[in-house]
Amino acid sequence: MKKTFTCIVCPVSCRITVEAQGDEQNREQGEKPVEALQVSGNACKNGYHYAINEYTLPKRSITTTVAVKQGLLRRLPVVSDREIPKSKIMECMKALYTIEVAAPIKRGDIIAENICNTGANILASSDGASPDGAWHATY
Amino acid sequence: MKHMVIDIAVIGGGPAGMAAALEANRLGAKNVVILERDFALGGILPQCIHDGFGLLTYGKNMTGSGYAQKDIDEIKNTDIQVLLNTMVLEITEEKTIFACNSQDGIIEMQCGTIILAMGCRERTAGQIMLQGYRPQGVITAGSVQRYINIEGYLPGTKAVILGSGDIGLIMARRMTLEGIEVVGVYEVMPYPGGLTRNIVQCLEDFDIPLHLSHAVTNVNGKHSLEGLTVMELDGSGKPVAGTEVYIECDLLVLAVGLIPENELSSGVNVALDPKTKGPILDDDYMTSVSGIFAAGNVSVVFDLVDYVSQSGRIAANGAVKYINGQLPENPEFREVKCGGNINFVVPQRIKCSKEDKDITLFMRVKEPAQKAVLVCSGINGEISRKRHNAVVPPEMLSCSVCVPGSGDIEIGIKESVKKSVEKDIVECKEL
Repeated sequence: MKKTFTCIVCPVSCRITVEAQGDEQNREQGEKPVEALQVSGNACKNGYHYAINEYTLPKRSITTTVAVKQGLLRRLPVVSDREIPKSKIMECMKALYTIEVAAPIKRGDIIAENICNTGANILASSDGASPDGAWHATY
Repeated sequence: MKHMVIDIAVIGGGPAGMAAALEANRLGAKNVVILERDFALGGILPQCIHDGFGLLTYGKNMTGSGYAQKDIDEIKNTDIQVLLNTMVLEITEEKTIFACNSQDGIIEMQCGTIILAMGCRERTAGQIMLQGYRPQGVITAGSVQRYINIEGYLPGTKAVILGSGDIGLIMARRMTLEGIEVVGVYEVMPYPGGLTRNIVQCLEDFDIPLHLSHAVTNVNGKHSLEGLTVMELDGSGKPVAGTEVYIECDLLVLAVGLIPENELSSGVNVALDPKTKGPILDDDYMTSVSGIFAAGNVSVVFDLVDYVSQSGRIAANGAVKYINGQLPENPEFREVKCGGNINFVVPQRIKCSKEDKDITLFMRVKEPAQKAVLVCSGINGEISRKRHNAVVPPEMLSCSVCVPGSGDIEIGIKESVKKSVEKDIVECKEL
Protein backbone atom coordinates (compact mmCIF):
# COMPACT_ATOMS: atom_id res chain seq x y z
CA MET A 1 0.00 0.00 0.00
CA LYS A 2 1.23 3.47 -0.91
CA LYS A 3 0.95 6.40 1.51
CA THR A 4 2.03 10.03 1.31
CA PHE A 5 3.03 12.15 4.28
CA THR A 6 3.96 15.79 4.86
CA CYS A 7 7.19 15.72 6.86
CA ILE A 8 7.15 17.96 9.94
CA VAL A 9 10.83 17.82 10.88
CA CYS A 10 11.76 21.13 9.24
CA PRO A 11 9.94 23.93 7.36
CA VAL A 12 10.74 22.48 3.91
CA SER A 13 7.81 20.10 4.60
CA CYS A 14 8.72 17.53 1.95
CA ARG A 15 5.91 15.39 0.61
CA ILE A 16 7.24 11.87 1.13
CA THR A 17 5.74 8.71 -0.37
CA VAL A 18 6.24 5.29 1.19
CA GLU A 19 5.42 2.11 -0.71
CA ALA A 20 5.84 -1.55 0.06
CA GLN A 21 7.88 -3.46 -2.54
CA GLY A 22 7.24 -6.83 -4.18
CA ASP A 23 5.36 -9.57 -2.30
CA GLU A 24 5.82 -7.72 0.99
CA GLN A 25 2.69 -5.83 -0.11
CA ASN A 26 0.55 -8.72 1.01
CA ARG A 27 1.68 -8.63 4.59
CA GLU A 28 -0.28 -6.52 7.04
CA GLN A 29 0.90 -2.98 7.53
CA GLY A 30 3.06 -2.65 10.60
CA GLU A 31 4.77 -5.96 10.05
CA LYS A 32 6.84 -4.93 7.07
CA PRO A 33 10.57 -4.87 7.66
CA VAL A 34 12.14 -1.49 6.95
CA GLU A 35 14.20 -2.74 3.97
CA ALA A 36 11.08 -3.72 2.05
CA LEU A 37 9.75 -0.16 1.96
CA GLN A 38 10.50 2.30 -0.79
CA VAL A 39 10.72 5.91 0.34
CA SER A 40 10.79 8.87 -2.07
CA GLY A 41 10.40 12.65 -1.92
CA ASN A 42 12.55 13.29 1.15
CA ALA A 43 15.39 15.78 0.95
CA CYS A 44 17.25 14.30 3.94
CA LYS A 45 17.61 11.35 6.31
CA ASN A 46 15.35 12.92 8.95
CA GLY A 47 12.47 12.82 6.49
CA TYR A 48 13.26 9.19 5.64
CA HIS A 49 12.98 8.15 9.30
CA TYR A 50 9.90 10.28 9.88
CA ALA A 51 8.08 8.73 6.91
CA ILE A 52 9.04 5.16 7.87
CA ASN A 53 7.69 5.73 11.38
CA GLU A 54 4.47 7.29 10.11
CA TYR A 55 3.95 4.39 7.72
CA THR A 56 4.66 1.51 10.07
CA LEU A 57 3.58 2.75 13.49
CA PRO A 58 2.57 6.40 13.82
CA LYS A 59 2.77 7.64 17.39
CA ARG A 60 1.59 10.79 19.14
CA SER A 61 1.78 12.22 22.62
CA ILE A 62 -1.49 12.81 24.47
CA THR A 63 -2.24 16.13 26.15
CA THR A 64 -5.63 16.69 27.73
CA THR A 65 -7.28 17.59 31.03
CA VAL A 66 -8.81 15.41 33.75
CA ALA A 67 -11.37 16.27 36.39
CA VAL A 68 -9.94 17.51 39.67
CA LYS A 69 -11.68 18.14 42.98
CA GLN A 70 -10.74 20.26 45.98
CA GLY A 71 -8.82 22.59 43.74
CA LEU A 72 -9.66 26.13 42.69
CA LEU A 73 -10.54 24.89 39.20
CA ARG A 74 -12.32 21.84 37.81
CA ARG A 75 -9.66 20.66 35.32
CA LEU A 76 -6.04 19.57 35.61
CA PRO A 77 -3.83 19.48 32.48
CA VAL A 78 -2.09 16.13 31.93
CA VAL A 79 0.45 14.76 29.44
CA SER A 80 1.72 11.31 28.47
CA ASP A 81 5.36 10.68 29.35
CA ARG A 82 6.02 9.12 25.96
CA GLU A 83 4.28 8.82 22.60
CA ILE A 84 1.57 6.21 22.12
CA PRO A 85 0.27 4.54 18.95
CA LYS A 86 -2.05 6.91 17.11
CA SER A 87 -4.68 4.16 16.88
CA LYS A 88 -4.99 4.05 20.68
CA ILE A 89 -5.57 7.77 21.26
CA MET A 90 -9.39 7.73 21.51
CA GLU A 91 -9.31 4.66 23.76
CA CYS A 92 -6.93 6.48 26.12
CA MET A 93 -9.05 9.64 25.99
CA LYS A 94 -12.14 7.62 27.00
CA ALA A 95 -10.20 6.13 29.92
CA LEU A 96 -9.10 9.61 31.01
CA TYR A 97 -12.68 10.93 30.90
CA THR A 98 -13.44 8.65 33.85
CA ILE A 99 -10.55 9.76 36.06
CA GLU A 100 -10.94 12.28 38.86
CA VAL A 101 -7.98 13.35 40.98
CA ALA A 102 -7.89 15.34 44.20
CA ALA A 103 -5.83 18.48 44.79
CA PRO A 104 -3.15 19.21 45.89
CA ILE A 105 -1.21 17.99 42.85
CA LYS A 106 2.36 18.63 41.78
CA ARG A 107 3.73 18.82 38.24
CA GLY A 108 4.96 15.33 37.35
CA ASP A 109 2.61 13.39 39.67
CA ILE A 110 1.46 10.14 38.04
CA ILE A 111 -2.24 10.36 37.27
CA ALA A 112 -2.57 7.01 35.47
CA GLU A 113 -0.02 4.25 34.97
CA ASN A 114 0.42 2.32 31.73
CA ILE A 115 -2.69 3.84 30.20
CA CYS A 116 -4.61 1.26 28.10
CA ASN A 117 -1.54 -0.99 28.12
CA THR A 118 0.49 1.37 25.97
CA GLY A 119 3.38 1.52 28.44
CA ALA A 120 2.86 5.28 28.77
CA ASN A 121 2.09 6.96 32.07
CA ILE A 122 -0.11 10.03 32.29
CA LEU A 123 1.45 12.81 34.37
CA ALA A 124 0.17 16.09 35.78
CA SER A 125 1.49 18.90 33.51
CA SER A 126 1.38 21.48 36.26
CA ASP A 127 0.19 21.94 39.83
CA GLY A 128 -3.14 22.96 38.38
CA ALA A 129 -4.99 25.32 40.66
CA SER A 130 -4.11 23.58 43.85
CA PRO A 131 -4.95 26.00 46.62
CA ASP A 132 -1.60 27.42 47.65
CA GLY A 133 -2.05 30.48 49.79
CA ALA A 134 -0.85 33.68 48.18
CA TRP A 135 -0.05 31.99 44.88
CA HIS A 136 -3.67 31.80 43.86
CA ALA A 137 -5.71 34.84 44.74
CA THR A 138 -9.18 34.13 45.98
CA TYR A 139 -10.13 37.78 46.44
CA MET B 1 -4.88 54.53 48.41
CA LYS B 2 -1.99 52.12 48.98
CA HIS B 3 1.43 53.58 48.22
CA MET B 4 4.38 51.44 47.15
CA VAL B 5 7.92 52.24 46.06
CA ILE B 6 9.40 49.61 43.74
CA ASP B 7 12.64 49.28 41.78
CA ILE B 8 11.45 47.12 38.90
CA ALA B 9 7.72 46.69 38.17
CA VAL B 10 6.77 44.02 35.64
CA ILE B 11 3.29 44.41 34.18
CA GLY B 12 2.09 40.92 33.22
CA GLY B 13 2.89 37.56 34.83
CA GLY B 14 3.10 35.45 31.69
CA PRO B 15 6.31 33.87 30.35
CA ALA B 16 7.82 37.23 29.36
CA GLY B 17 7.07 38.87 32.72
CA MET B 18 8.18 35.85 34.75
CA ALA B 19 11.45 35.51 32.82
CA ALA B 20 12.09 39.25 33.24
CA ALA B 21 11.43 39.18 37.00
CA LEU B 22 13.58 36.05 37.48
CA GLU B 23 16.46 37.55 35.49
CA ALA B 24 16.25 40.85 37.39
CA ASN B 25 16.31 38.88 40.62
CA ARG B 26 19.26 36.81 39.41
CA LEU B 27 21.13 40.04 38.60
CA GLY B 28 20.67 41.20 42.18
CA ALA B 29 17.69 43.56 41.89
CA LYS B 30 15.96 43.57 45.24
CA ASN B 31 12.61 45.31 44.97
CA VAL B 32 10.88 43.53 42.06
CA VAL B 33 7.11 43.17 41.68
CA ILE B 34 4.91 41.40 39.11
CA LEU B 35 1.41 42.82 38.63
CA GLU B 36 -0.94 40.21 37.13
CA ARG B 37 -4.65 40.72 36.39
CA ASP B 38 -5.53 37.01 36.54
CA PHE B 39 -5.91 34.93 39.71
CA ALA B 40 -2.64 33.05 39.08
CA LEU B 41 0.69 33.54 37.26
CA GLY B 42 1.34 32.00 33.85
CA GLY B 43 -0.34 34.34 31.41
CA ILE B 44 -1.73 32.39 28.47
CA LEU B 45 0.40 29.30 29.24
CA PRO B 46 -1.84 27.50 31.79
CA GLN B 47 -4.45 27.00 29.09
CA CYS B 48 -1.82 25.83 26.57
CA ILE B 49 -1.96 22.21 27.64
CA HIS B 50 -0.39 20.96 24.37
CA ASP B 51 3.35 20.33 23.98
CA GLY B 52 6.06 21.92 21.87
CA PHE B 53 7.32 24.31 24.56
CA GLY B 54 10.80 24.54 26.05
CA LEU B 55 12.79 22.78 23.32
CA LEU B 56 15.29 25.64 23.06
CA THR B 57 15.28 26.71 26.72
CA TYR B 58 15.49 23.30 28.39
CA GLY B 59 16.09 20.85 25.54
CA LYS B 60 12.83 19.17 26.54
CA ASN B 61 9.44 19.00 24.86
CA MET B 62 7.09 20.36 27.53
CA THR B 63 3.48 21.43 27.73
CA GLY B 64 2.75 25.16 28.00
CA SER B 65 1.30 24.63 31.46
CA GLY B 66 4.43 22.72 32.51
CA TYR B 67 6.70 25.46 31.17
CA ALA B 68 4.77 28.06 33.19
CA GLN B 69 4.85 25.89 36.32
CA LYS B 70 8.66 25.71 36.14
CA ASP B 71 8.89 29.53 36.20
CA ILE B 72 6.28 29.78 38.96
CA ASP B 73 8.20 27.28 41.12
CA GLU B 74 11.39 29.32 40.64
CA ILE B 75 9.62 32.58 41.54
CA LYS B 76 8.32 30.99 44.76
CA ASN B 77 11.97 30.57 45.83
CA THR B 78 12.78 34.27 45.43
CA ASP B 79 11.62 37.44 47.15
CA ILE B 80 9.90 38.67 43.98
CA GLN B 81 6.59 40.21 45.04
CA VAL B 82 3.50 39.07 43.15
CA LEU B 83 0.22 41.01 43.07
CA LEU B 84 -2.55 38.83 41.64
CA ASN B 85 -6.07 39.81 40.51
CA THR B 86 -4.48 43.24 40.13
CA MET B 87 -5.35 45.39 37.12
CA VAL B 88 -3.01 48.19 36.03
CA LEU B 89 -5.15 51.19 35.12
CA GLU B 90 -2.55 53.70 34.00
CA ILE B 91 1.18 54.34 33.85
CA THR B 92 2.88 57.72 33.63
CA GLU B 93 6.10 58.99 32.05
CA GLU B 94 7.48 59.47 35.56
CA LYS B 95 7.03 55.70 35.90
CA THR B 96 4.15 55.79 38.37
CA ILE B 97 1.72 52.88 38.09
CA PHE B 98 -1.92 53.15 39.15
CA ALA B 99 -3.42 49.71 39.74
CA CYS B 100 -6.30 48.20 41.68
CA ASN B 101 -7.53 44.98 43.27
CA SER B 102 -10.32 44.22 45.70
CA GLN B 103 -7.95 43.64 48.61
CA ASP B 104 -5.87 46.85 48.48
CA GLY B 105 -8.22 49.09 46.51
CA ILE B 106 -6.28 51.61 44.45
CA ILE B 107 -2.50 51.23 44.46
CA GLU B 108 -0.09 54.03 43.55
CA MET B 109 3.31 52.54 42.79
CA GLN B 110 6.41 54.66 42.18
CA CYS B 111 8.83 52.66 40.10
CA GLY B 112 12.48 52.95 39.19
CA THR B 113 11.69 51.20 35.92
CA ILE B 114 8.76 49.42 34.29
CA ILE B 115 8.82 46.33 32.07
CA LEU B 116 5.71 46.00 29.88
CA ALA B 117 4.77 42.33 29.38
CA MET B 118 1.03 42.43 28.76
CA GLY B 119 0.96 40.01 25.86
CA CYS B 120 -1.77 40.07 23.20
CA ARG B 121 -5.49 40.07 22.75
CA GLU B 122 -7.33 38.23 19.97
CA ARG B 123 -8.90 39.86 16.93
CA THR B 124 -12.68 39.89 17.33
CA ALA B 125 -15.77 39.29 15.16
CA GLY B 126 -16.38 43.03 15.02
CA GLN B 127 -12.86 43.73 13.83
CA ILE B 128 -13.19 41.34 10.88
CA MET B 129 -16.65 42.78 10.18
CA LEU B 130 -18.37 39.41 10.41
CA GLN B 131 -21.77 39.82 8.77
CA GLY B 132 -25.15 38.66 10.03
CA TYR B 133 -26.62 38.35 13.50
CA ARG B 134 -24.57 38.52 16.68
CA PRO B 135 -25.68 35.40 18.54
CA GLN B 136 -24.11 33.57 21.43
CA GLY B 137 -21.74 30.92 20.06
CA VAL B 138 -19.22 33.07 18.18
CA ILE B 139 -16.07 32.82 20.28
CA THR B 140 -12.36 33.47 19.75
CA ALA B 141 -10.10 30.40 19.77
CA GLY B 142 -8.26 31.48 22.93
CA SER B 143 -11.55 31.89 24.76
CA VAL B 144 -12.69 28.42 23.66
CA GLN B 145 -9.34 27.12 24.90
CA ARG B 146 -9.91 28.78 28.27
CA TYR B 147 -13.46 27.42 28.55
CA ILE B 148 -12.39 23.86 27.81
CA ASN B 149 -9.01 23.64 29.54
CA ILE B 150 -9.38 25.92 32.55
CA GLU B 151 -13.08 26.45 33.27
CA GLY B 152 -14.11 22.91 32.27
CA TYR B 153 -16.95 23.71 29.85
CA LEU B 154 -17.61 22.63 26.28
CA PRO B 155 -18.93 25.75 24.51
CA GLY B 156 -20.71 23.86 21.73
CA THR B 157 -21.30 20.53 20.02
CA LYS B 158 -20.59 21.25 16.36
CA ALA B 159 -17.97 23.80 15.36
CA VAL B 160 -16.63 25.67 12.36
CA ILE B 161 -13.19 27.26 12.68
CA LEU B 162 -12.40 30.48 10.84
CA GLY B 163 -8.65 31.01 10.41
CA SER B 164 -5.86 28.46 10.02
CA GLY B 165 -3.30 30.01 12.35
CA ASP B 166 -1.78 27.75 14.99
CA ILE B 167 -4.40 28.54 17.66
CA GLY B 168 -7.20 27.52 15.31
CA LEU B 169 -5.42 24.29 14.38
CA ILE B 170 -4.60 23.40 18.00
CA MET B 171 -8.25 23.93 18.97
CA ALA B 172 -9.44 21.78 16.04
CA ARG B 173 -7.62 18.86 17.65
CA ARG B 174 -8.59 19.78 21.22
CA MET B 175 -12.29 20.07 20.43
CA THR B 176 -12.27 16.79 18.51
CA LEU B 177 -10.64 14.96 21.41
CA GLU B 178 -13.32 16.31 23.77
CA GLY B 179 -16.18 15.24 21.52
CA ILE B 180 -17.03 18.46 19.69
CA GLU B 181 -17.57 17.80 15.99
CA VAL B 182 -15.31 20.04 13.91
CA VAL B 183 -16.86 20.52 10.47
CA GLY B 184 -13.80 22.19 8.96
CA VAL B 185 -11.24 24.97 9.05
CA TYR B 186 -11.86 27.90 6.70
CA GLU B 187 -9.01 30.22 5.74
CA VAL B 188 -9.30 33.39 3.64
CA MET B 189 -5.73 33.18 2.33
CA PRO B 190 -4.67 30.67 -0.35
CA TYR B 191 -2.14 29.13 2.08
CA PRO B 192 -2.38 28.03 5.71
CA GLY B 193 -1.38 30.43 8.50
CA GLY B 194 0.02 27.86 10.92
CA LEU B 195 2.89 25.41 11.01
CA THR B 196 2.83 22.29 8.83
CA ARG B 197 3.34 20.24 12.01
CA ASN B 198 -0.06 21.45 13.20
CA ILE B 199 -1.75 20.91 9.81
CA VAL B 200 -0.58 17.29 10.02
CA GLN B 201 -1.17 16.56 13.73
CA CYS B 202 -4.33 18.63 14.24
CA LEU B 203 -6.18 18.34 10.92
CA GLU B 204 -4.86 15.39 8.90
CA ASP B 205 -4.75 13.10 11.94
CA PHE B 206 -8.49 13.66 12.46
CA ASP B 207 -9.60 14.00 8.81
CA ILE B 208 -10.66 17.60 9.41
CA PRO B 209 -10.81 19.38 6.04
CA LEU B 210 -8.95 22.64 5.42
CA HIS B 211 -10.68 24.98 2.97
CA LEU B 212 -8.31 27.65 1.67
CA SER B 213 -9.55 30.87 0.04
CA HIS B 214 -12.84 30.66 1.92
CA ALA B 215 -14.64 33.11 4.20
CA VAL B 216 -17.66 33.11 6.51
CA THR B 217 -20.03 35.55 4.81
CA ASN B 218 -23.05 35.33 7.09
CA VAL B 219 -23.84 34.29 10.65
CA ASN B 220 -27.36 33.02 11.37
CA GLY B 221 -29.24 32.74 14.66
CA LYS B 222 -30.79 35.56 16.67
CA HIS B 223 -29.90 34.49 20.21
CA SER B 224 -27.83 31.36 19.70
CA LEU B 225 -25.77 30.42 16.67
CA GLU B 226 -27.76 28.12 14.37
CA GLY B 227 -25.59 28.10 11.27
CA LEU B 228 -23.41 30.09 8.94
CA THR B 229 -22.63 30.56 5.28
CA VAL B 230 -19.18 30.02 3.79
CA MET B 231 -18.12 31.09 0.30
CA GLU B 232 -15.09 30.64 -1.87
CA LEU B 233 -12.97 33.74 -2.55
CA ASP B 234 -11.46 34.74 -5.88
CA GLY B 235 -7.87 35.88 -6.47
CA SER B 236 -8.60 39.36 -5.14
CA GLY B 237 -10.40 38.13 -2.02
CA LYS B 238 -13.97 38.67 -3.21
CA PRO B 239 -16.67 36.05 -2.61
CA VAL B 240 -17.52 34.08 -5.75
CA ALA B 241 -21.27 34.10 -6.47
CA GLY B 242 -22.86 30.69 -6.41
CA THR B 243 -20.34 29.11 -4.02
CA GLU B 244 -22.49 29.63 -0.92
CA VAL B 245 -22.62 26.65 1.42
CA TYR B 246 -24.79 26.76 4.55
CA ILE B 247 -23.38 24.88 7.53
CA GLU B 248 -25.49 24.10 10.58
CA CYS B 249 -23.42 24.53 13.73
CA ASP B 250 -23.59 25.98 17.23
CA LEU B 251 -20.02 27.20 17.59
CA LEU B 252 -17.97 29.50 15.35
CA VAL B 253 -14.35 29.63 16.51
CA LEU B 254 -12.44 32.74 15.41
CA ALA B 255 -8.68 32.28 14.99
CA VAL B 256 -8.10 35.44 13.00
CA GLY B 257 -5.05 37.04 14.52
CA LEU B 258 -3.37 38.34 17.66
CA ILE B 259 -2.92 42.01 18.49
CA PRO B 260 -0.29 43.17 20.98
CA GLU B 261 -2.07 44.72 23.96
CA ASN B 262 -0.64 48.26 24.04
CA GLU B 263 -3.41 50.31 25.67
CA LEU B 264 -1.15 51.14 28.62
CA SER B 265 1.79 51.87 26.30
CA SER B 266 -0.25 54.28 24.15
CA GLY B 267 -1.43 56.02 27.31
CA VAL B 268 2.16 57.02 28.08
CA ASN B 269 2.98 57.87 24.44
CA VAL B 270 5.30 54.97 23.80
CA ALA B 271 6.10 55.04 20.06
CA LEU B 272 4.63 51.97 18.30
CA ASP B 273 5.90 50.22 15.16
CA PRO B 274 2.96 49.72 12.74
CA LYS B 275 4.58 46.53 11.44
CA THR B 276 4.93 44.78 14.80
CA LYS B 277 2.01 46.67 16.47
CA GLY B 278 4.30 46.89 19.48
CA PRO B 279 6.68 49.48 20.94
CA ILE B 280 9.78 50.48 18.96
CA LEU B 281 12.62 48.88 20.92
CA ASP B 282 16.34 49.44 21.20
CA ASP B 283 18.98 46.77 21.85
CA ASP B 284 18.11 46.78 25.60
CA TYR B 285 14.41 46.47 24.72
CA MET B 286 13.79 49.95 26.05
CA THR B 287 10.89 51.81 24.45
CA SER B 288 10.91 55.44 23.33
CA VAL B 289 10.06 56.45 26.93
CA SER B 290 13.13 56.48 29.15
CA GLY B 291 13.09 53.66 31.71
CA ILE B 292 10.10 51.82 30.23
CA PHE B 293 11.00 48.48 28.67
CA ALA B 294 8.92 45.87 26.82
CA ALA B 295 9.18 42.10 26.34
CA GLY B 296 7.18 39.21 24.92
CA ASN B 297 4.07 39.36 22.78
CA VAL B 298 3.29 42.98 23.72
CA SER B 299 6.30 43.98 21.61
CA VAL B 300 5.76 41.56 18.70
CA VAL B 301 3.78 38.34 18.29
CA PHE B 302 6.22 35.49 18.84
CA ASP B 303 5.58 31.81 18.09
CA LEU B 304 8.14 30.13 20.38
CA VAL B 305 7.81 30.67 24.12
CA ASP B 306 11.57 30.14 24.36
CA TYR B 307 12.12 33.37 22.43
CA VAL B 308 9.52 35.13 24.62
CA SER B 309 11.47 34.16 27.74
CA GLN B 310 14.69 35.29 26.08
CA SER B 311 13.13 38.68 25.31
CA GLY B 312 12.10 38.98 28.98
CA ARG B 313 15.68 38.37 30.05
CA ILE B 314 17.02 40.96 27.58
CA ALA B 315 14.56 43.58 28.92
CA ALA B 316 15.48 42.72 32.52
CA ASN B 317 19.17 43.17 31.75
CA GLY B 318 18.35 46.59 30.33
CA ALA B 319 16.13 47.51 33.29
CA VAL B 320 18.81 46.58 35.84
CA LYS B 321 21.44 48.59 33.93
CA TYR B 322 18.98 51.50 33.86
CA ILE B 323 18.34 51.62 37.61
CA ASN B 324 22.08 51.29 38.21
CA GLY B 325 22.65 54.35 36.03
CA GLN B 326 24.63 52.33 33.48
CA LEU B 327 22.63 53.33 30.40
CA PRO B 328 23.46 56.56 28.50
CA GLU B 329 21.08 59.49 29.17
CA ASN B 330 20.33 60.68 25.62
CA PRO B 331 21.86 58.06 23.34
CA GLU B 332 22.25 58.25 19.60
CA PHE B 333 20.57 55.45 17.68
CA ARG B 334 21.07 53.70 14.36
CA GLU B 335 18.40 51.75 12.58
CA VAL B 336 17.98 48.05 11.95
CA LYS B 337 16.66 47.91 8.39
CA CYS B 338 14.56 45.17 6.84
CA GLY B 339 16.28 43.84 3.73
CA GLY B 340 14.94 41.44 1.10
CA ASN B 341 11.89 39.35 2.12
CA ILE B 342 12.00 40.53 5.76
CA ASN B 343 8.64 41.73 7.10
CA PHE B 344 9.85 43.22 10.38
CA VAL B 345 12.73 42.97 12.82
CA VAL B 346 13.01 43.49 16.58
CA PRO B 347 14.76 45.51 17.96
CA GLN B 348 14.16 48.30 15.49
CA ARG B 349 17.14 50.41 16.59
CA ILE B 350 20.45 50.04 18.37
CA LYS B 351 22.26 52.53 20.57
CA CYS B 352 25.57 53.78 19.21
CA SER B 353 28.55 52.78 21.29
CA LYS B 354 32.34 52.95 21.27
CA GLU B 355 32.79 49.20 20.95
CA ASP B 356 31.13 46.37 19.07
CA LYS B 357 28.14 44.81 20.80
CA ASP B 358 26.30 41.49 20.78
CA ILE B 359 22.63 41.69 19.92
CA THR B 360 19.86 39.20 19.14
CA LEU B 361 17.47 39.99 16.31
CA PHE B 362 14.02 38.42 15.88
CA MET B 363 12.31 38.65 12.49
CA ARG B 364 9.78 37.11 10.09
CA VAL B 365 9.95 36.66 6.32
CA LYS B 366 7.22 37.99 4.06
CA GLU B 367 7.08 34.96 1.77
CA PRO B 368 8.15 31.32 2.02
CA ALA B 369 11.54 30.55 0.45
CA GLN B 370 13.90 27.60 0.24
CA LYS B 371 17.68 27.49 0.47
CA ALA B 372 17.53 30.99 1.95
CA VAL B 373 20.66 32.80 3.05
CA LEU B 374 20.06 35.27 5.88
CA VAL B 375 22.66 38.04 5.71
CA CYS B 376 23.36 40.72 8.29
CA SER B 377 25.40 43.72 7.12
CA GLY B 378 26.70 46.89 8.70
CA ILE B 379 28.77 49.92 7.92
CA ASN B 380 31.89 47.81 7.39
CA GLY B 381 30.20 45.26 5.14
CA GLU B 382 28.81 41.78 5.76
CA ILE B 383 28.70 40.74 9.43
CA SER B 384 27.16 37.27 9.25
CA ARG B 385 25.41 34.89 6.90
CA LYS B 386 23.42 31.77 7.66
CA ARG B 387 21.78 29.29 5.33
CA HIS B 388 18.29 28.02 6.12
CA ASN B 389 16.79 25.01 4.34
CA ALA B 390 13.45 26.78 4.29
CA VAL B 391 11.95 29.91 5.80
CA VAL B 392 8.21 30.48 6.22
CA PRO B 393 6.22 33.40 7.70
CA PRO B 394 4.70 31.39 10.59
CA GLU B 395 8.19 30.57 11.89
CA MET B 396 10.05 33.49 13.45
CA LEU B 397 13.81 33.60 12.85
CA SER B 398 16.41 34.53 15.41
CA CYS B 399 19.88 35.84 14.62
CA SER B 400 22.63 36.65 17.12
CA VAL B 401 25.29 38.97 15.77
CA CYS B 402 28.11 41.15 16.95
CA VAL B 403 27.59 44.58 15.37
CA PRO B 404 30.00 47.52 15.08
CA GLY B 405 29.49 50.48 17.42
CA SER B 406 27.92 52.73 14.83
CA GLY B 407 26.16 52.72 11.47
CA ASP B 408 22.85 51.23 10.34
CA ILE B 409 22.40 47.47 10.27
CA GLU B 410 20.50 45.61 7.57
CA ILE B 411 19.19 42.06 7.77
CA GLY B 412 17.76 40.36 4.72
CA ILE B 413 17.42 37.20 2.65
CA LYS B 414 20.06 37.50 -0.07
CA GLU B 415 19.74 34.32 -2.10
CA SER B 416 16.90 31.85 -2.12
CA VAL B 417 14.67 29.65 -4.21
CA LYS B 418 11.09 30.85 -3.96
CA LYS B 419 8.91 28.21 -2.35
CA SER B 420 6.12 27.38 -4.77
CA VAL B 421 2.82 28.56 -3.31
CA GLU B 422 0.91 26.63 -5.99
CA LYS B 423 2.58 23.43 -4.79
CA ASP B 424 1.32 24.19 -1.28
CA ILE B 425 -2.23 24.75 -2.51
CA VAL B 426 -2.27 21.41 -4.29
CA GLU B 427 -0.94 19.72 -1.17
CA CYS B 428 -3.65 21.24 0.98
CA LYS B 429 -6.39 20.21 -1.44
CA GLU B 430 -5.17 16.66 -0.99
CA LEU B 431 -6.04 16.79 2.72
